[in-house]
Amino acid sequence: MFNHLLSLLIWLPIAGAVPVLMAGSARPNLARWLALLFMVLTFVASLFLLPQYDAARGGMQLAESHLWIASLNVHYGLAADGISIALILLTTIVGILVVVGAWEVIQNKTHQYMAAMLALEGLMIGVFCATDALLFYVFFEAMLIPMFILIGVWGGPRRVYATLKFFIYTFLGSIFMLIALLYLYHKAGTFDLRTLAALPLTFTEQAWVFFAFLLAFAIKVPMVPVHTWLPDAHVEAPTGGSVVLAAVMLKVGTYGMLRFILPIVPDAGTHFTWLVVVLSLIAIVYIGYVALVQEDMKKLVAYSSIAHMGFVTLGIFIAFLLTRQLGNVDAARLGMQGAMVQMISHGFVSGAMFTCIGVMYDRLHTRLIKDYGGLINVMPWFGFFYVLFAMANCGLPGTSGFVGEFMVILASFSANPWIALFAAFTLIIGAGYTLWLVKRVLWGEIHNPHVAEMKDISGRETFVLGAFAALVLALGIWPEPLVHLMDSSVTQLVQQLAIHKI
Amino acid sequence: MPTLNDILVLLPEFYLVAAACLLLLLDAFMKPEQRGTLHWISIVVLLVATYLVIAGQPDVTVTAFGDMFVRDQTSEILKVFALLCTVLVFVYARPYLLDRKLFVGEFYTLMIFATLGVMLLVSAGNLVMVYLGLELLTLSSYALVALNRDSPLSSEAAIKYFVLGALSSGMLLYGMSMVYGATGTLDLAQLHAAVPQSAMPHLLVFGLIFMLVGIAFKLGAAPFHMWIPDVYQGASTPVTTFIASSSKLAAFGMAWRLLETGLGDLSQHWQLMLAVISVLSMAIGNLVAIVQSNLKRMLAYSTISHMGYLLMGLVNAGPEGYASAMFYAICYALMSTVAFGVILGLARAGFECEEIADLKGLNQRSPWFAALMALAMFSLAGVPPLFGFYAKYLVLQAAIDAHMLWLALAGAVFAIVGLYYYLHVVKVMYFDKPVEGGAEQSAPDMSMRVVLSLNALALLVLGVYWGPLLGWCRHSFGLG
Repeated sequence: MFNHLLSLLIWLPIAGAVPVLMAGSARPNLARWLALLFMVLTFVASLFLLPQYDAARGGMQLAESHLWIASLNVHYGLAADGISIALILLTTIVGILVVVGAWEVIQNKTHQYMAAMLALEGLMIGVFCATDALLFYVFFEAMLIPMFILIGVWGGPRRVYATLKFFIYTFLGSIFMLIALLYLYHKAGTFDLRTLAALPLTFTEQAWVFFAFLLAFAIKVPMVPVHTWLPDAHVEAPTGGSVVLAAVMLKVGTYGMLRFILPIVPDAGTHFTWLVVVLSLIAIVYIGYVALVQEDMKKLVAYSSIAHMGFVTLGIFIAFLLTRQLGNVDAARLGMQGAMVQMISHGFVSGAMFTCIGVMYDRLHTRLIKDYGGLINVMPWFGFFYVLFAMANCGLPGTSGFVGEFMVILASFSANPWIALFAAFTLIIGAGYTLWLVKRVLWGEIHNPHVAEMKDISGRETFVLGAFAALVLALGIWPEPLVHLMDSSVTQLVQQLAIHKI
Repeated sequence: MPTLNDILVLLPEFYLVAAACLLLLLDAFMKPEQRGTLHWISIVVLLVATYLVIAGQPDVTVTAFGDMFVRDQTSEILKVFALLCTVLVFVYARPYLLDRKLFVGEFYTLMIFATLGVMLLVSAGNLVMVYLGLELLTLSSYALVALNRDSPLSSEAAIKYFVLGALSSGMLLYGMSMVYGATGTLDLAQLHAAVPQSAMPHLLVFGLIFMLVGIAFKLGAAPFHMWIPDVYQGASTPVTTFIASSSKLAAFGMAWRLLETGLGDLSQHWQLMLAVISVLSMAIGNLVAIVQSNLKRMLAYSTISHMGYLLMGLVNAGPEGYASAMFYAICYALMSTVAFGVILGLARAGFECEEIADLKGLNQRSPWFAALMALAMFSLAGVPPLFGFYAKYLVLQAAIDAHMLWLALAGAVFAIVGLYYYLHVVKVMYFDKPVEGGAEQSAPDMSMRVVLSLNALALLVLGVYWGPLLGWCRHSFGLG
C-alpha cells in the first residue's frame, strides 16, 4: 500500500466522488456522510506520509513511475518531498473542514457539491506530487472544472461572470505554459521534471520559458497585475469554494514556481528577480491599501490574501538574489523557508477567515461590513475565534501568521534593507485593515436589528473554527515540526538555484 | 481482369455495396409496419463490415485493381472509426427520425453508400479513385441533407451544399488534370516518384493549389468554410452528425493521400499554405462561434476551428504530424457524435433543441444529459483530463516540432477564445434556471441512452488511456 500511497491519495477522493454523485439529490444526507467518509479516509491516508517520509534525507521520496504513453515517453510519475507533503496535509485537512462547513449550508444539489469538492481535492493532491510536467499540467488544468461548477452553481448573484472570468483567466495563463512545456519536450524528449532541470538552455530560451511559466503561475497565485479575477471569484464563490480557493488553490501557483521556474530556468529567474520582487512588494503594500477601503468582507479578505501571497513570492525570489548575487545561502534558505511556512499558514488563516465570513453570511445573507456591528454582544464565541484569526491575519507573534512573514522580512533584510522596509509595511497595513474590520463588525453598538437576532455558532461551526484555531496556534507557537519537515527540501531547492544552466 | 485477390482485398467494400443494394430492395418490398427492423439490419450490416475490415487487416500494405485501391493501416483505422461513427449516427437517429416521420429506407441506404464513399476515398491509390470516392460520399450527402424535403431550411442547405460542393469538386478535378499534365500519371505512388523529375514544376504547384482548395472545402477549413454553418444548421441533425464525424475522417484521409502519398515532395509549398488556412480557420471558427445562438450553427463554427487544429498536424509534413492529425480527426469525430447525440436525445416531436437557450437549466431537468454534454464541451474546448486536450496537445507539439512556434502560439490564443463559447453552453445548462418549453428528459430509448453514455464516457476514459489509440496512429505511419 505504501508503494502507491500518493496514487491512493489522488484517486481515493476522485473515486469517492462517484458514489457521492450516485446518492442523488433525493438523499442529501447520504451524500454528506459519504463525502465526509472519503475526506476523512484521505486525511488518514495522508497522515501515513509522515512516517513514510525521511525528512532528514530530503529530496523526492515515495516515488511512483509508470509508463503512461510509451510512444511519447510520458510517465505517470509521482513523488513527494517535504514541501509537497506539507501541502498535501493542508489539502486533506481543509477538505474535511470544508465538507463539515457546508453540511447544512448547501441544500441545493448537495450531492453534486460534495462530489465536486472530492474531485477537486484529488486533483489538487495530484498537482502537489506530479513529477511529470504533462501530468502536472493535466491536474493543474483539470482543477478548473470542479471549481468552475462550484462557483457557478452555488455562488452569489454575479457568479456567472465571476466563474467565467476565473476559468478563462487561468486557462489563458496555463496554455502558454503548455507551449513552453512542449518546447522543452521538443528539446529534451521527455516531460520528466528532473531531466528538464538538467537541460541546458540559452538565455533567450530561458527568458521566454520563464515568462510563460510566470504568467501561468502569477495568475494562479495571483500576483499584481493579474490578480483581478480573485476578488470576483472569492466574492461570488460559496464559502467552501472560497476556503479551498484561498487555502489550497493559490498555493498551486507558488508551488509551481518552486517546481518549474526555480529548477528549469534559474538563470532567467535570476535575471528577472527584480521584476517579481517589485511585483511582490506592490502586492504587499498597494494591495494592502486596496484592502483597507473594501466594503465587502470577502473582498477585503481576498485582497489581504493577495498581499500575503506577495510574501510567498517575495520569499521565493529573494532566494535568487541572495544565492546568485550575494552568495548568502543561509539567508536564502531562511527566505525560502519563510515562504513555505507562510504558504501553509496562509492556508489555515485565510480558510478560517472565509469560514468566519460564511458563518456570518449564513445568518444575515449580506457580506457588507456596514450591515454588521456589535456582533460580540450576541455571538461571544464567534467573536473569540474571529479575533484570533484576525490577529493571525495581521501577523501577531504566537500565531502562524507571524512566523513566515518574520522569516521573509529577515531574509530580505540581508538582501536589501529597502526591500525589508517595504515588506515590513504589511505589519502596519495588515493590522490596519484587519483590526478596522474587527472593530466595525464585532465591537460597538448593534445598529442593525437583525444582528440582535443572530445566534452564536453551532457545535458544527465550533468544530470547524476550533480546528482552524488549533492549527493556527500550533504553527505559531511551535513551527519546528513543519520547518523540520521542509528543511532538507528547501536546502536542496536553494542548492539547485546556484547551478548555472547556460 | 480482376483477380480473386483483388476482390478479397476489397471484400468489406464489395460486401457493403451488396448489403446496401439488398437493403434498398428490402425497403421496397417490406410491409410498412415491419420497416422498423431496417434500423437493426443496417446496424448489423455496418458492424459486420467493421468486422471484415478488422479481420482482413493485412500486415503489409496491399494494393488491388492495378494500384487503384490501397489497403494499409492508415486506411484500416480510418475505416473502422468511420464505420463505428455511422453506427453511432444510426443509433442516435432512430427516435429523432420516428418523431419526424423521416424514418425511411433511403436514409439508411444513402448513409451506407456515403460510408462506402469514405472507405473508398481513404483507400484510394489513384487520383481517379480519390475523385470517385469523394463523389460517392458527397452525392449521397447532398441527398441526405435534403432528406427533410418539406423544410425550406433543409432544401436551402442542400442546394447551397450542392452548388459549392460541385464548384470545389471542379477545382479539385482541374488541379488533378494539371498535375497529370505535369507528371503524366494519375497513380499516387508514381506521382510521388514523378514530382521531383517533373519538367514543369510551376504547373505542378498551380495544380497543387487547386487541389488544396478541394481539400480545404471538404474539411470545411476557412476560407472555404461557407457551406458548413448552413449545412450543419439546415440538415436534419442525424445527417449533421454524420457530416461532422465520418465525413471528417474521410477528409483527413483524402488530404493525407493527396498531399503526402501523392505530392509529398511539394511539402515546402503546401506547408505554408496549410499553415495559413489553419490560422484562418481557427480565427474565423472560434470568433464567429461566439456570437451564435443556434447550437448546431455554433458547433458548425467550432468544426471549422477544429479543422484548423487538425491542419496543424498536417503542416508538420512528417509521420509524427500525420499521426497527430489522424488522432485529432478520430478524437473530433468521437466528440462531435456526443455533442450532436445529446441534441438528438433531447429533441422530441416538434422540438429540435437547436437553440443554446433550449438547454437552460438542463442540469435540473436531466442531470445525466447535462453531464454528457458538459463532457463533450470541455473535451471540445481541450480542457484536460478529457480526450480533446490530448489531441490539441499533439497537434501543438507537431507545429513546434515543425519549427512553427508562431502557429502553435496562434493555436493557443484561439483555444482561449474558443473556450468561451464552450463554457457558455455549460453555463446555460448548469447555472441558468430552466425555461418553459426547453429541453427535458426525452423519451427514453434505452439503446440510445446506453450508447450515448458510453460514447461520452469514452471521452473521459480515453483522456486517461489514450496511449493505445495514439500507438495505432503512430504505427500506421511507421513510427514506434
